[in-house]
Amino acid sequence: MNGTPQYAPVVAHPYALTGTEYDPGRAAGSVAGGDASYGRVVVPGEVDVSHGAILYLEGVTVSFDGFRALNDLNLSVDDGELRCIIGPNGAGKTTMMDVITGKTRPDAGTVYFGQTIDLTRLNEVAIAHAGIGRKFQKPTVFENLTVFENLELALKADKRARASLLAKLDGEQRDRIDAVLATIKLADAAHGPAGRLSHGQKQWLEIGMLLAQEPRVLLLDEPVAGMTDQETAETAELFLSLKGKHTLIVVEHDMDFINTIAGTVTVLHEGHVLAEGDMATVQNDPRVVEVYLGR
Amino acid sequence: MTERRLFSPFGWTLFVIIVALGLAMPLLHVFAPEGHPLHVSAYTLTLVGKILCYAAVALAMDLVWGYAGILSLGHGLFFALGGYAFGMYLMRQIGRDGQYQSDLPDFMVFLDWKDYPWYWAGTDHFLWALVLVIAVPGIVAFVFGWFAFRSRIKGVYFSIITQALTFAAMLLFFRNDTGFGGNNGFTDFKRILGFPVAAPETRAVLFALTVAYVAGILVFCRWLMQSKFGRVLAAIRDAESRTMFVGYDPLPYKLGVWTLSAVLCGIAGALYVPQVGIINPSEMSPANSIEIAIWTAIGGRGTLIGPLLGAGIVNGAKSWFTVSFPDLWLYVLGAMFVIATLFLPRGVMGLLGRKA
Repeated sequence: MNGTPQYAPVVAHPYALTGTEYDPGRAAGSVAGGDASYGRVVVPGEVDVSHGAILYLEGVTVSFDGFRALNDLNLSVDDGELRCIIGPNGAGKTTMMDVITGKTRPDAGTVYFGQTIDLTRLNEVAIAHAGIGRKFQKPTVFENLTVFENLELALKADKRARASLLAKLDGEQRDRIDAVLATIKLADAAHGPAGRLSHGQKQWLEIGMLLAQEPRVLLLDEPVAGMTDQETAETAELFLSLKGKHTLIVVEHDMDFINTIAGTVTVLHEGHVLAEGDMATVQNDPRVVEVYLGR
Repeated sequence: MTERRLFSPFGWTLFVIIVALGLAMPLLHVFAPEGHPLHVSAYTLTLVGKILCYAAVALAMDLVWGYAGILSLGHGLFFALGGYAFGMYLMRQIGRDGQYQSDLPDFMVFLDWKDYPWYWAGTDHFLWALVLVIAVPGIVAFVFGWFAFRSRIKGVYFSIITQALTFAAMLLFFRNDTGFGGNNGFTDFKRILGFPVAAPETRAVLFALTVAYVAGILVFCRWLMQSKFGRVLAAIRDAESRTMFVGYDPLPYKLGVWTLSAVLCGIAGALYVPQVGIINPSEMSPANSIEIAIWTAIGGRGTLIGPLLGAGIVNGAKSWFTVSFPDLWLYVLGAMFVIATLFLPRGVMGLLGRKA
C-alpha cells in the first residue's frame, strides 16, 4: 500500500513448513544477513520474473494411495498472462492448485514462484504472503461476517495475531475496500452478512477478496460456476481488465467463457499436460478431441 | 456499523444497574442486621458468588467455543488448577491451627511427610499464589494447545482429547502421593491475608471482587471480540482454510484465545475456592466440564451475555432442584440441554431475540 514491501519471501524461508507464526521481520533480516551465501541478490518482497516466467512447475508428481493425481507435470506461466486450464474430471486441475498454494506437498518435482521462491518449502500462509491468492471451487467466504468485513480481513496488511488486536482501518484502506466493493458490484450488500449472498455473488465476493489481497498471481478454480450469463460476461470483462497487472490462472469447464478470455489454454489429462496453445489449436488437437469425446 | 460500540446505551445502563446490584449484595450482608428484610444471608452470598464464578467460566468457554468454534470438554481442569493454586496459599494460611498443630497441612502429616514437596515452595506468599493462579492453567493450556493446534486437530477429536486430559488430571489429583490432599482436596481454610475467611467482611470483599471480575472480563471480551482479532477468529471458525489462503496463520489466533480462556477459568477458580471453602478433584471430573458446555449452549453461544445467563439459569435451577427434588435434577439438566439443542440453537439469547 505504501510502497514498502511488507513481506519478504526468500529461498530458504525461515518459517517454511514449521506452522509457527510468520514473522516478516525475521524473514527480511535473513535476507540481509545469513542467506548471502546463495550468491544471488534477492530483493525482499519482490518476485524475480527476469526470465519472464512467474510460475514454473517441473516434473511435479503427486500420488494419493497409488493414484497419480499429478504425473510429471510441467507448466510455465508468464508474468501478466491469463492462462486457462481445462481438462476432464480427475485430470489434476485442483491438485495442481493445491500444490501451488502449499496445501499438498508434491512427491517429486519443483515448483518455483519467479526465479527464486521455492514454493514446496513454504506453507499456505507464507505462500499467500508471497503473493499467490486462490479462489476455491466451491465459493468459500466468511458467512457470519459482513461483506465489508470479509474484504477487510482479506486486505493486504500485517496479519499477525498481535497486530490484529489493535488494527484499525485507515482512510486509504477504506477507500480500497470501497473500490473493490464497486468492482464486484456488492456496495449495496456491504453491511449484510456474506452468508445471505446468492451463489454468484459469493463467487464475486471471493474474487473481490483476492483483489483486496493484492496478489501477483490469482488462481481461480471454476470462477463462473453457478453464475448467470450476465454475471459470466461481467466476470470475463473483469478478468481481461486484470490481465497484465496480475497473472491469472483460470480453471474452467465453461468453454464459451474460456473462448472469451483465453490467450493460452493448457489441457490437462491424467495429471499431465496433454496439449497447450491457443483455443483453436487445442480444440483441433486429435488427442484433446479423443480425451473429451470418448475413447 | 463501521462505528463499533462496546454496548448500546441501553446495554450500558443495564450493565451499570446489574453491577450496582451485585455490589449492593455484600454491603447488605455486612451492614443490614440479621432479620432485617434487606439482609443478605451468608448462604445466599456464597451461592450467588459461586454462580458468578461459574458464569466467568461459561464466558471463557464461549470465547473458544462460540467465537473460535473450538469445543473444549476439559475447561473444568483449568478452573480446578486455578482453584488448587490459590488453595495451596489458603492451606499455608492455616498455619498450626490444623488437627495435628503442625506446620504442614493435615494431609501431609497423615502421609508422614516431613517437609513440603518442591512445588509447594513459595506458596505461603500471596503474590506468588496469584502468579500460579494465572501461570499454571495458562502454561498447561498453552503447551497442550500448541501441540493440538499445530497438528491441526479439530472438531470432535479435539473435544475428546480435552475430555481425556481433564480425566487424567482428575486421576492424578486423586492420588494422595500427588501432594494435593488426594480425594479430600483442600478444605478447612482459616484465613486469607490474615483475615478470617468466614467473617462477613471477608465474604463481602470476595464477593465484590467476583462481581468486579465478571464485569471486567465481560467488557474486555467484548472489546476483544469486536477487534479484528475477534473477526479473524470468526473467520477461522467459518472457513479455516480460506483464512490461511488469505494469509492468516490460525495457530497464534487459536492458541491465543485458548490460553486466554484457560487463564480466565483459572482466576474464576481462585475466586471460587475461598468462597465455597473446598476444592477437590471432583472439579476435574469429565461431567463437570460437560456441564460448562451446557451452560454456554443454553445461554447462547457467541453472545458473551448468553453464557452468563446460562450459567445463572442452570446453576440457579440446580441449587433449587438438588434441595427440593434431588432425584430429578439430572433429568431436568438433560431435558434443558435437549430442549436448547432442538428448539433454541442460539440459546436463551436467541429467545430474547437480541444479539447483545
